[in-house]
Amino acid sequence: MSLGPYASFIVTSYAAAAVVVAILIGWIVLDYRNQTQRLREMEERGITRGSGRSAMDAS
Amino acid sequence: MTLIDLANPTRFLALTARVLPWLAAATVLLLAIGLYQAALAPDDYQQGATVKIMFIHVPNAWLSMFVWGVMSIASLGTLVWRHPLADVAAKAAAPIGAAFTFLALLTGSLWGRPMWGTYWEWDARLTSVLILFLMYLGLMALWRAVDDPSRAARAAAVLTLVGAINLPIIKFSVDWWNTLHQPASVMRMGGSALDKSFLIPLLVMAIAFTLLFVTLHLAAMRNEILRRRVRALQMMQASRVAFSSEIGAGARGQNASNEVGAA
Repeated sequence: MSLGPYASFIVTSYAAAAVVVAILIGWIVLDYRNQTQRLREMEERGITRGSGRSAMDAS
Repeated sequence: MTLIDLANPTRFLALTARVLPWLAAATVLLLAIGLYQAALAPDDYQQGATVKIMFIHVPNAWLSMFVWGVMSIASLGTLVWRHPLADVAAKAAAPIGAAFTFLALLTGSLWGRPMWGTYWEWDARLTSVLILFLMYLGLMALWRAVDDPSRAARAAAVLTLVGAINLPIIKFSVDWWNTLHQPASVMRMGGSALDKSFLIPLLVMAIAFTLLFVTLHLAAMRNEILRRRVRALQMMQASRVAFSSEIGAGARGQNASNEVGAA
């Protein structure tokens, strides 16, 4: 596959898309870990919801 | 499971836990197929290999508008139906939409330099998409500026619905004004002007990016629900501390008056 004289523009476009999507995924994964960690710490300190169910309860 | 069932954040979390792995797998699979087809697509007779930028640029450009459309529907959900997850959906979508819009602008610019001879031109299509990007940033700033999510939600919903006026302007800007940007060539009256060798990879990539958005959006909504639970627990703890210190102060005051009375 030859990308011709404008290969740098094509490669930069795909690389930029990969980097931005990777940043989005990384941000969402880290945010999830951060929120679940905070909830776990609060539950360990005895701070629970009014219903008594775990704040991470998804069932 | 109905839409009303999904109004319950706990049920929504259960659903996302089941659905997200499948959505992520489907996204990776379709992206792999789309990228493979894009790599094998022939060069354009005028643009040469730079036509490959289209397979990244066009899905991002479509999604930049689609995400604002999703946010507009969610805003109606906030203002009209007061659906508990509507503002969660709108808030979670904004950074993802901003990222897609940024990519549409960047890849468009990188495509424009070899084809038009310039990275940027202040014409109607490019400028209206830049305005869309700035509106995404403005919405994100608004969400961060107001502490109370329900107050921020109403203001953001109004701003989102006002901003939706920009969507038809972006779509029809190439018809209404003279621009460097080419007119619609896929979704237009009379069918697509693209050859199948370009159209099929483009549609696969568009579906793959749409699936990517759905996956990221559901995951970001889940994070936002958890963030609000953290906030609710922090407020509950603060009110308990304030209540117990009030009781303590009241008891001390009672003891003091008893002591005065005894004296």
